[in-house]
Amino acid sequence: MLEVSAALKQGQITPTELCQKCLSLIKKTKFLHAYITVSEEVALKQAKESEKRYKHEQSLGDLDGIPIAVKDTFSTSGIETTCASNMLKGYVPPYNARVVPKLLDQEALLIGKTNLDEFAIGSGGTDGVFGPRKQNPHSKNEDSDWLITGGSSGGSAAAMSALGSATGGSTRNPAAHCRFVGFKPSYGLVSHYGLILLVNLMDVPGILTRCVDDAAIVTLLNHLFGLADVSKLCIEIPKEYLVPELLSEVQSFWSKAADLFESEGAKVIEVSIPHTSYSIVCYHVSCTSGVALNMARLDGLQCSHRCDTDVPTQSMYASTRQEAFNDVVRGRILSGNLFLLKENWENYFIKAQKSATSHLDVFLTPTILSEAVPYLEFIKNYIFTQAVNMAGLPAVSIPAALSNQGLPVELRFFEHAFCDQQLLTVAKWFEKQVQFPVIQLQEFMDDCSSMITQ
Amino acid sequence: MAAPMLRWGCRGRRWAFARVDGGSCHRRGAPTGSTSNRIRGESSVAQQPLHTAQKTRKGEHKWAAVVGLEIHAQISSNSKLFSGSQVRFSAPPNSLVSFFDASLPGTLPVLNRRCVEAAVMTGLALNCHINKKSLFDRKHYFYADLPAGYQITQQRLPIAVNGSLIYGVCAGKKQSQVIPKTVRIKQIQLEQDSGKSLHDNLRSQTLIDLNRAEGQLRVDANISVHHPGEPLGVRTEVKNLNSIRFLAKAIGECQLPLLVSFFLLCTMSMRDKEGKQDYRFMPEPNLPPLVLYDATSLPAGADPQQVINIDQIRETLPELPSVTREKLVQQYGMLLEHSFTLLNEVGLLEFFQNVIKETRAEPKKVTSWVLNTFLGYLKQQNLAVSESPVTPSALAELLDLLDSRTISSSAAKQVFEELWKREGKTPGQIVSEKQLELMQDQGALEQLCHSVMEAHPQVVMDVKNRNPRAINKLIGLVRKATQSRADPVMIKEILEKKLSL
Repeated sequence: MLEVSAALKQGQITPTELCQKCLSLIKKTKFLHAYITVSEEVALKQAKESEKRYKHEQSLGDLDGIPIAVKDTFSTSGIETTCASNMLKGYVPPYNARVVPKLLDQEALLIGKTNLDEFAIGSGGTDGVFGPRKQNPHSKNEDSDWLITGGSSGGSAAAMSALGSATGGSTRNPAAHCRFVGFKPSYGLVSHYGLILLVNLMDVPGILTRCVDDAAIVTLLNHLFGLADVSKLCIEIPKEYLVPELLSEVQSFWSKAADLFESEGAKVIEVSIPHTSYSIVCYHVSCTSGVALNMARLDGLQCSHRCDTDVPTQSMYASTRQEAFNDVVRGRILSGNLFLLKENWENYFIKAQKSATSHLDVFLTPTILSEAVPYLEFIKNYIFTQAVNMAGLPAVSIPAALSNQGLPVELRFFEHAFCDQQLLTVAKWFEKQVQFPVIQLQEFMDDCSSMITQ
Repeated sequence: MAAPMLRWGCRGRRWAFARVDGGSCHRRGAPTGSTSNRIRGESSVAQQPLHTAQKTRKGEHKWAAVVGLEIHAQISSNSKLFSGSQVRFSAPPNSLVSFFDASLPGTLPVLNRRCVEAAVMTGLALNCHINKKSLFDRKHYFYADLPAGYQITQQRLPIAVNGSLIYGVCAGKKQSQVIPKTVRIKQIQLEQDSGKSLHDNLRSQTLIDLNRAEGQLRVDANISVHHPGEPLGVRTEVKNLNSIRFLAKAIGECQLPLLVSFFLLCTMSMRDKEGKQDYRFMPEPNLPPLVLYDATSLPAGADPQQVINIDQIRETLPELPSVTREKLVQQYGMLLEHSFTLLNEVGLLEFFQNVIKETRAEPKKVTSWVLNTFLGYLKQQNLAVSESPVTPSALAELLDLLDSRTISSSAAKQVFEELWKREGKTPGQIVSEKQLELMQDQGALEQLCHSVMEAHPQVVMDVKNRNPRAINKLIGLVRKATQSRADPVMIKEILEKKLSL
């Protein structure tokens, strides 16, 4: 992003040209179903204004003129916001989520609303009504078996520089599948006003970018900061994350990463987070309960889809919600309601709330169980990421290496709450060491065109 | 959702019915007093069971009633409990609705400080324990006037608990005796209100207004009856009562004779465990625990704008009625029931105190005139104190005239009646116009007494024979002779002296 910003400043490319290039790329890659809404007019208008500023050397900062995509769970004033659900098809919010104007104030261009699993429930990026995000840009698979982008911010990942959102891993998961940096800030650091929430206690806006510096800029943590002083770090490896399903290749990269830190003088120790295996269960209970109650407002009366109106109210609720929610969402709502019933409250909900939060330095784990997964073998990958969400900690997932099959393997760091800055410095150091080939636009275009011709 | 607990309504305005079927459990009467900011208090009158008005027949067991009240009161504030939109009485429908009030996806609640302060004040005034930490919950049910599908309330840990209120019950002959009673306050909680439903039965539709401000007090009564010593009986709920009179009527009608007829229905619905609405309570994740401080726990250097200090609020409380009543009893020697009456009528205490200030008459006299004569006239014509044609000064002047024995008490009543006609005359003017002054000439009066006594020797004989009614007859005769211009007290004195009694 910095290179692009520099190019804009030096006049090598104008904001309008950049914007148009992005828009045409989006059109060419429509088969990826990355975007639900492309806000072409808005973006071009913003580009023109940005251009004026650059001409008069009044540019407003590193984000000026940079196209950003926003997951379709963020309320955008005047632009349709659907959460990839029939329930909100056609819903045009009258207000902006808090993070949106923050980006727009920095004069970023809002290029569109990206696709996702319906209501951000799902980890495959396959369950939205606007079509699954079919292609992971890395797919070189020749037959029709396409790779999932990961969910739920799948579209954001495919868009390559975007705001996602993260309940259980929804930013890092797709990042991992698509070879990006996925950053989940501490709960409370970034406002989630206007983010259509899945589970209030865990949802945060997440950032998907190509490198750590970009993530820092977009999160508006202000300024780039230096690299971490690795010799003073203590890296902890939680042994519970070494599960049987973990691909050996991933395990070896994990190991290599740990060695890398050690060679620079960091202390690397194995630790135990004893409740890890319970956390996924707790997560499910909390998540479904939260979902059940957050979805209660979508009853066909105010702003959402409504079925045939000539029926009594209760029937209308039932039909509307049957029609407009997909199976996954309905399943979660039903489970959530079950857990919240008086008779089940003690057994499920209260127990789930008692999940552990421990005191940490920096943790290092793989992000997902293996490399980017083919659709046919897709499994729920939240097993690693959701514990961190439950504790509200910041985490960042960055690409570490390419597997034998040429697919990315990502590793993840997480930290104390509100130590986001330190976390990013560690991530940046690692990124520099690994020198992972950042995806190049041209390379991607070539891949895509070759796929189209097949 | 199967059949809920039986609820019923009586004739009268604004009653709610709930259909006892598999459908909606909440149908609220139209129009309801929906409010945006609510304090809900729950109390129970468990100590003194309400006795039935009918006498029990011989051999019958007594019934005791247990009554619990759920009181919804709107907080007086400029904006709503969780959003910045205004609160205004009688605004056009849906004109004061923010994005949060409409429950648009992604919106979040923000707690209103003034409402918290009001809740603390209410808790303190009702002798509650204020919880320094309280929590918000979501109460989940589907209804058209609840756009979020849940209501934010304080079920588990409310802001105030375990309070009490002393009130007076009128008893005795002519309901003149006031007996102090105590009611327990179980808890006080802040909660969001639903919108207003307007049922249009003609077109079979319901219109929803999300403004939520009606400025009303609303009560749901829960009543059960049982034999003393036995477990509590089936609970019946009557919702949306908005006056004490209707409340009393509702409770009164839940008495034995009527009870028998729907007792069977009640037991059937309560036996069906599925029938109870499960609200699926869950902690409200968008609102952190509400933390309050007092003088001892206030962190040093805390910004007063950011914290609520219970002790500070306590200092701003006005004098509570129980304290005022106590003062009245001590200061003026009045009966406790009189103090209740004085406080229960709006503006009456102030009227009373103004009269006291301006008159020489004894407080007891003032009390009697204010509570009997003055209040009697007001009630007769259904007027408020503020609408009274008699000012405190006028009454004070009248009482002075009475006190100085310028006029008799019957004359005073006449004067009062004249004052009530609003002709703008002062008591002094009325007295002179109607020649109501008492005879001041002692000598002349003695003369009159003498002549009356001489004219009626038989009556005099009766008096001497200790016939108690005879002296009154004499007094009456003298009064007649003076055209009621003599003070009967003085007449009596003179007669007694003459008769050497």
